[in-house]
Amino acid sequence: MNKKDYIKYSKSHAPSSPFHKNFILAFLCGGTICTIGQCFFELYTFIGIEEKNVKMLVSSTLVILSCVMTAIGIYDKIAKHCGAGTLVPITGFANAMMSPVMDYKSEGVITGAAAKMFIIAGPVIVYGVISSMIYGLIYYVSTLNII
Amino acid sequence: MKREILCFDNRPHFRAVSSVVGDKENDGPLSEYFDMYFTDTKIGQLTWEKAETELVRHAIEILFKKSNLRSGDIDIIFSGDLINQCTVSTFGILEQGIPTLGLYGACSTFAEGLLLASSVVNAGYAKRAACVTSSHFCTAERQFRFPIEYGSQKTPTSQSTVTGSGAAIIEAGDVIDEISKVYINNAMIGIPKEMGITDANNMGAAMAPAAADTIIRYFRETNTSAKDYDLVITGDLGYEGHDILKKLLCDSGIYAGENFTDCGIMIYDTKKQDMHAGGSGCGCSATVMSGYFIKQLSQRVLKNILFIGTGALLSPLSVMQGLPIPGIAHLVNIRVD
Repeated sequence: MNKKDYIKYSKSHAPSSPFHKNFILAFLCGGTICTIGQCFFELYTFIGIEEKNVKMLVSSTLVILSCVMTAIGIYDKIAKHCGAGTLVPITGFANAMMSPVMDYKSEGVITGAAAKMFIIAGPVIVYGVISSMIYGLIYYVSTLNII
Repeated sequence: MKREILCFDNRPHFRAVSSVVGDKENDGPLSEYFDMYFTDTKIGQLTWEKAETELVRHAIEILFKKSNLRSGDIDIIFSGDLINQCTVSTFGILEQGIPTLGLYGACSTFAEGLLLASSVVNAGYAKRAACVTSSHFCTAERQFRFPIEYGSQKTPTSQSTVTGSGAAIIEAGDVIDEISKVYINNAMIGIPKEMGITDANNMGAAMAPAAADTIIRYFRETNTSAKDYDLVITGDLGYEGHDILKKLLCDSGIYAGENFTDCGIMIYDTKKQDMHAGGSGCGCSATVMSGYFIKQLSQRVLKNILFIGTGALLSPLSVMQGLPIPGIAHLVNIRVD
């Protein structure tokens, strides 16, 4: 068997991930996290916090919850089943920042935890900022009254 | 024609074996065969690397206790693990003060260690040689994959690194007990094979061609076939690589039947323990061989086995640079009369 055939064979032989199960679980878990977020939104509004601050508070609450769950070793166990459902919401971003901090604190708080904090989340920040700049530019150009 | 088989005419044999494992391995089907297990992943240490060092240290201590030997009785030790520059196993044997050669053969390291220990003993360069290898789920995970607590999903072809350390003492000369009747008859050094696999989560597919190559060369050189052996044990291709190996051998006209097995498949109850394609790591074949198979040989349940240690020679850098993953497979023929 030559290399090309072998790569093809190994790909066809490898069992694929359970797509439908993953899809449904991701939808349900992602939805649950968003519902929890909405509950906090309603709660903070109910106790009379301004809407502008409520939005910030909801995100912060979810981030803190995610960090606590990562720290006590629950988040990865849930994420194993939920996949994109726990990865895409802001909780996934918090987990991506928190988990390297926990791992690399043994290499020191500066050269370990702080330096490695962005190994997973770093690209999201970099390309998030770049794409928002491009979007902003396109938006700006489109609003110019050229004609 | 070049000589590919290392024949050990002076019958280097085992003096003692030891195996130390973690919690998940102890929950697996082979739990009763291991000498010691730890439930705490950090074994009371500050870091996982130190915990892996503890595994090595305990494996060596048990080895000496079982054999009634001291570090001064061992002329050379071959040690290896998966972590950068083989630091954890070096720390594990540091206090023993034994002349050391560090090995890296990924999951094939234990077979490589047995092969080299038998070679130096057979040649008379050492009266006794030891080999020890280790791996730890958490140290391997953070070096090769993601942080431990990072929430990610594994693919069905991915293997789980075994937490464990296995060790053996090889010597020549007097047969004093049942285990010293178990000897290494011959061995074959593997040739690295690369078939274009770049997926680090499918190491079985990366290693299978190397295992097939070694087995085919060995059968050709020794003029034997699979049915001449009680078992042909690969370590550790997992389910994925094991299936591919059977297909590759079949293509070459070798029937791989019921007597083909794999350490990565045996160490876990993969379905119950959710271990995807099975176990991997230097500690996998080391603990399964020293914990289970060598004992089976010393009790004469098995008499003639082929142990093919398979390793995927990748590094985090090579994977990120998109380089393919070469596999390697070293073979040792272990027998008892």
